[in-house]
Parts: sequence; structure tokens; C-alpha cells
Amino acid sequence: MAVTEVRISIHIAGLNPKDIAEKIKEQFPDQVIEVAEFRDQVSVIVKKDQIIPILKYLHDDPLLSFDHLQDLTAVDYQKKKDIRFEVVYNLYSIRYRHHIRIRAQVPENDPKINSVVPIWAGANWHERECYDMFGIVFIGHPDLRRILMPEDWEGYPLRKDYPLQGPALENDWPGFTEVLKRSKELREFEWEG
Amino acid sequence: MIQKEAEKIFETRELNVNMGPQHPATHGVLRLVLDIDGETIVKVTPYVGYLHRGIEKLGESLSYFQALPLTDRMDYVSAMSNNIGYCVAVEKLYGIEAPERAKFIRTIVGEMSRIANHLLWLATHALDIGAMTVFLYCFREREWILDLYEMICGARLTVTYPRVGGVRNDVPQEFLDSLWKFTDEFPSRILEYETLIDQNRIWLLRTKGIGVISAEEAVSWGMTGPTLRGSGVTYDIRKHMPYDAYDKVEFDVPIGTEGDTYDRYRCRMLEMRQSNSIIRQCIEKLPTGPVMADAPKFTLQPKDAMMPITHPTKEVAYFIEEKACKGCGMCMRACPAKAIFGEKKKPHKIDQALCLQCATCFVTCKFKSMKIIPGGKGLSDEKLAELAAVPMPEEIAKAAEHLVKHFEFIKKGPKVPEGELYVATEVPKGELGFYFVSDGSGKPYRMRLRAPSFIHAGCLPRLCVGHLVADVIAAIGTIDIVLGECDR
Amino acid sequence: MLIDTSTVGLVEVEEGTKILPPNVIITTLDKVVNWGRLSSLWPTTFGLACCAIEMMAAGAAHYDLDRFGIIFRGSPRQADCMIVAGTVTKKMVPVVRRVYDQIPEPRYVIAMGSCACTGGVFRTYSTVQGCDTFLPVDVYVPGCPPRPETLLEGLMLLQEKIRKERARWSPWR
Repeated sequence: MAVTEVRISIHIAGLNPKDIAEKIKEQFPDQVIEVAEFRDQVSVIVKKDQIIPILKYLHDDPLLSFDHLQDLTAVDYQKKKDIRFEVVYNLYSIRYRHHIRIRAQVPENDPKINSVVPIWAGANWHERECYDMFGIVFIGHPDLRRILMPEDWEGYPLRKDYPLQGPALENDWPGFTEVLKRSKELREFEWEG
Repeated sequence: MIQKEAEKIFETRELNVNMGPQHPATHGVLRLVLDIDGETIVKVTPYVGYLHRGIEKLGESLSYFQALPLTDRMDYVSAMSNNIGYCVAVEKLYGIEAPERAKFIRTIVGEMSRIANHLLWLATHALDIGAMTVFLYCFREREWILDLYEMICGARLTVTYPRVGGVRNDVPQEFLDSLWKFTDEFPSRILEYETLIDQNRIWLLRTKGIGVISAEEAVSWGMTGPTLRGSGVTYDIRKHMPYDAYDKVEFDVPIGTEGDTYDRYRCRMLEMRQSNSIIRQCIEKLPTGPVMADAPKFTLQPKDAMMPITHPTKEVAYFIEEKACKGCGMCMRACPAKAIFGEKKKPHKIDQALCLQCATCFVTCKFKSMKIIPGGKGLSDEKLAELAAVPMPEEIAKAAEHLVKHFEFIKKGPKVPEGELYVATEVPKGELGFYFVSDGSGKPYRMRLRAPSFIHAGCLPRLCVGHLVADVIAAIGTIDIVLGECDR
Repeated sequence: MLIDTSTVGLVEVEEGTKILPPNVIITTLDKVVNWGRLSSLWPTTFGLACCAIEMMAAGAAHYDLDRFGIIFRGSPRQADCMIVAGTVTKKMVPVVRRVYDQIPEPRYVIAMGSCACTGGVFRTYSTVQGCDTFLPVDVYVPGCPPRPETLLEGLMLLQEKIRKERARWSPWR
């Protein structure tokens, strides 16, 4: 049978996340801004300029081997911090079973950061979603366009200054308002009673 | 020359075909644009977002307690597992832990939802490929599981049974007996499905060698769950980062070798058998005890203390005392039935005919001018004014206090420490991750749901290239996407 | 040859329908046409979200829909009603309207689930607050999701509505 049932062990292996943070600090001393810890999970806050060498180091190094990009997302700290956006990379190593989080600060006046699609092919759709929801441009992305909202939607929904209930009906997406207008016109042909 | 002439006459172009958002209601609203050369696929472009409901943004305006039902609607085929993922993540954020009995119950319902999900997957995958009998057989089992869900919590599909801190209520003994009978009979049913399709020549031709992906590529593309395990990677979050009672039961994880559709199918069939055995072990080992954590600041307290006011048969009336009312208008804005009227700075009045007795005004009023009058339903305003002069009996006052605390907990949420957290759980489709950023208030500052279906839908272009049009259907079936989760 | 109804036994079965045993039925054209339409109501599959799963469960063996003559057709051109099951988002609105326009008359719409009736839990920037903003809806089936029996009740209500129609078969409307 091609498919076998394997008893995987539950033992917790892997490096301590704080040691991994130390290693990153050693390799890229001027890029790391801060190391934060909460409930046994460590985040390393870095500048966005050298993000590709940092992530490549984490991916290729034989002792770290972060082959699984669990999540790539962004957070909008509108007034709480000086630098508005942070792109968050959650990385996991399947071999060594350790986890680290890298947060790259992206300022509002220049919302661009390098794309990590050459390292993990799965980052493609993650980055498209970040662009769609926050307006962060990923340099070097093969196909950066909107993914969840219609292609000609205006505005970036997950930013904190975007209203939850969306734009008013007059300023809404033209695809929707046109259908509403047309259905009003066609109402005279509907069956009554 | 003749060669060139021939080439011109038989010049072929690529055809652009749209598999629109409306196709038979199995996978939902997925749109694919296929560039095909004859029958072979050159490029596939998936378009998603037709079911994007804005759950992440909605979660930022609701408290942690109120955002729980939103997760039901994401992967609606296996609703319990989404809830469990959310509860495990928020419990870690709060810093509390569910009691043992609740953990075992959550494992049981999680595995039941895994079986339900794989049954629906098999039904729709086989239906797409052409085996229609399997669809009806799988729904027969699924109805059994949904009946069991109804027995414990009253809902079939969008259950909100696992809660932060445990589960909503204890399971009755008849549920456990019924579930034991289910686990006795289920292996024979799996054998029925396997007899129908496992060695079937058409099935083998349509699934062997389709959608092959190697282990490194699969990890690089971000695949997780049975889609990844079919390629030979041993990644199962229940073993790597165990939560609930998964470290107390023994089970195997099926791993494939070829990385094609047939191996992923075999992985899921074997997973159903393993889930069956996990449920049996959990029922045997189920400990006694409470089902909700003992953390009064973070969990919803039972509603018994509020019963003197809120029980439907109690005929209470809400009355605004004229002397104490400042006329601020907050209760008028808060009333859902628009039953309060009055001008600014003048005492307001409640229209008893429209009043729903929902207590929103009572909770909103900061000047304590609201009176709850037991037995006052239907009485005239003058009579109510008379009764309001009498001081509130003690049990009503206590119940009212409890009511206010309840409201505050649900609307504003408990005080959560500042920080951020990423927690992943193994749902039937892959890895469901929750990334919370908390700013100290009771509502999440950022709630990110990492959905496996979103990533897998992005892998469709890689899986379909070079195959025929009919193999696209098999590929969509094998990655097991649900658009509610993909689009959120 | 005229039938002399005073001598031959005419049985009035229900109001407006008389039977001359064994095999002659005297009734209005309305009743016959409406009976034909309501007994074989063919919906087009339009499952969008969670309600689609309950619609599938209603169509499967446990709560059979086929016994009412309801067969799900893949193409809107061959259907005569549309069950909008699930949340309608703004991106999907042109598609829904286009499918509705392709259904030949007489056509009916059932809004299944809270999201199709009024937007449901999702009051956000991308959800349409009810599909009746751009479609004429005949029956609203509330629930989140409605049980298969509720959907069956909704279909029964639609059948009652069809039964009461007058002169929908004629070109003189």
C-alpha cells in the first residue's frame, strides 16, 4: 500500500525561540529593533530593508530550517506606533519543531516591501491579500492585484480608517450600483399577483 | 512550403474558458479561467473573493465572546473544529485552561467533525468524478453525526458548542451510548465506500497520477493537512503542538508516498478510521468534573441568578422613575424596539406595548433611574408608578446586578493582557491558524484567520498544469476547499 | 354531444373541480396549469455558503426532495426557480442577477437563510443586506442555517403561492 500509517512522536524538540532570536541578532545586528515575548512565543521586530536576506538565512540555515511559512499578514497600528504598518511572518520548522515570528515595520508614506515569493512559493496569495486589504505593495511579486475584493474596488478595507459598513450607497462599487439601477428598471416587467 | 501552408491551415489557438462562479453547489463560488490548448491545460487562474464577508474586520468590533459564532460560518462543513481552534487560541491569550472533561469532550466533537468533513469531501469528490451512489451513502452517515450534534447542543450545522474555557454544557449519557454504537458500526460503512470505489478501474484512472506534487514543493507552497501528508511530509499539528486531549490518546497518522490524488484520497479514508478509534478511546477515558473553567473574569457565568428577571414566564415590567431620570437620551438610543420616547433634559417614558423586556435600557442607564417591577407586565403607567415607589426586593436587586455584569462581559469583554499570539490547530482541511493582536481591551485589535483553503486554492495553478480539463475537477476535489473559509 | 348533468352523477371534489366518474374532470385552466407547475418545481443550483450544505442535505436521502418533484437542474435555462442559499456579496451581485435573468418565465425566487433575507450576521462593507435589494423574492426562509424541514416548508409555501395564481399562462396579462 502506498499510504502507510505512521506513529509520530510527540516529544518537544527544537531550539528555544529566544536562542533563535539571539542568532538573528548576531547575524543582522543593525536590522533588529526589538525582541518581544508573550506566552512563550518570541517576535523579532526588524527593519524592512534587509528582509530577504534575513528570511533566506532562516530558511536555508541547516540548524534553523524554517521551511514552513505558516502565515504572512499585516497589522495597522494607526496611531499607536510611529510606523504605521507591520508585516508579520509566522515561521515554523517541520524538522526541528520550533516557531518564530518576524515583524517588519513598513511606514505609511512608503508602503513597499520586498516580496518573499522566491523563497516560499505559497507567499503569493498571502501577499496579494495584504495588498488588497492594506495597500502594502510587494516589490518583485509576479502578479500583484486584488484578490478578495473586486478588481476595481477603491479603498483598503482592513485599514483602521475604513468604515466597517463600507462606503455610502452613492460611492459604492459601480458593478453593484449598476445592477441595482437596472433591476429597478426591470421591475415593471415582474409578475404582480 | 507545403509544410508552412499546412501549419497555417491547422493553426490552433489557445482557448480561454470560464468555469464561472455558479457551478453545481458542491464547492461554492469559485471561478476558474482556463487557458487550454485543445484539451490540455496551459494555465489556470483562480478568482476567489465571491464570498468575502469581512469576518476579520467584523471581529475587530466585537468582543472575544461575540466573535465566536463568526468562526462557525467559515468552514461550515466542520463547524466544531473551527470553534475549537478559536477557543484554544483565546484560552492561551487569556492564560486560562479548560478542565479535563471539557478537553476530552472537545476532542470527541473535533474528531466527529473530522469524520463529517471527510464524508462530505468524499461525497462531493466522488459526485464530481461520477460516482453518484457514494454521495447518498455518505449523507446517510453525515445525518447520523448531525443528529448526535443536535442531541448535545441543539444545532446541526452552525453549532457554537465549544466555548472559551470549556464547552457550553455537559453531554448526556444517551449521547455517549449513541456515539459508541456509531463507532461500532462506522468501520463497516467505510468498508462499503471503499468497496465501491477503491479498486474501481475508472476511479484509479481518474485519480492516479493526477495533481502530483513533491514534498519540498508542497511545503514551499504552504500546503498542510492531508493535502501535504499525501506527498510524504510528516506534519500533523495534533502531534507537533498537541492541544486538548490529543497527547492522551494513541493514534497513527497516515502518510502517503506518491503525492497524487489517489494517495490523498487514501490518507483521508485512513484518517476516518483513526478518528473512529480516537473517539472510542476518549469515551473510555472520559473523566468526571466540570465542563467550564473556573475563571470568573474570563468565562460567562451561568444564568440561573438572573432568572427572577429574565425568565420568559416572569412578568416583569421596566419603568423609568421620573424623579431620577436626567433626560440624557442614552436609553432611547440603545433601545432595540424604539419603545422609549422623550425630549432632551426631560424625563423619558417607556411605551409598555412596544417594550420587549430585554433590559438593554436598564444596563445603559448610569443614573439608576430604571426600575424593574415584578408582575408589572400589562399594567397601566399610574399603577407602575405606584409600585415603583416600593423599594426593590432583594432577590430582584441581586438578579439585576448579575444581569448588568453579564451584559458588560458580553459587550465589552474581559480585560486581556497586551500582546500577540499565533496558535494553530489541525482542522480536517489542514492548519487553521489564529493570529491575535491584543491591545488590552476586551476586543481584538487584529484578528487574523489563516485558512487552509485559501492557501490550497492558490496551489491550483501548480496542480493542474499539463492535465486535461476533466482533471481540474479531480484537482479541486482533492485539495478540499470550502469557499467560506477561503474568502472569510 | 352535451352531457345532461341532471341525470349523470357529477361529484364536486373541491371548489371549482367536478368529476364525472370514472375519468372526466371538469375544472378551470388555471387550476390545471398551476397544478402542473407546482408539482414539478425545478430549481437551479445556487448554493453560495453554509445554507448550500443544508440544501444538499434536504436533497439527499433523509429529507428527500425528489418526492415533491423537485430536481436540481444545473443550467438556469432549464429551471423554473432559484433558491438563493447563502450570503450574497457585492462582488457576486452581477452574477446572481445574470443567472436570474436567464431563467425563463414563470420564475420564482426563494431567499434561504438569514444572509439572503437580510444580510444576516454580516453587516460589513462587502455584504449585501438582503438579496431582495436587486431580486424580486417570493418566499423568505429564515434560519441560520434553516433546517431541511424549514426549507421544505418554504417550498410548500411557494407551492401554495403558485396554486393561487390567476391567468399566468395567458399572453393577456
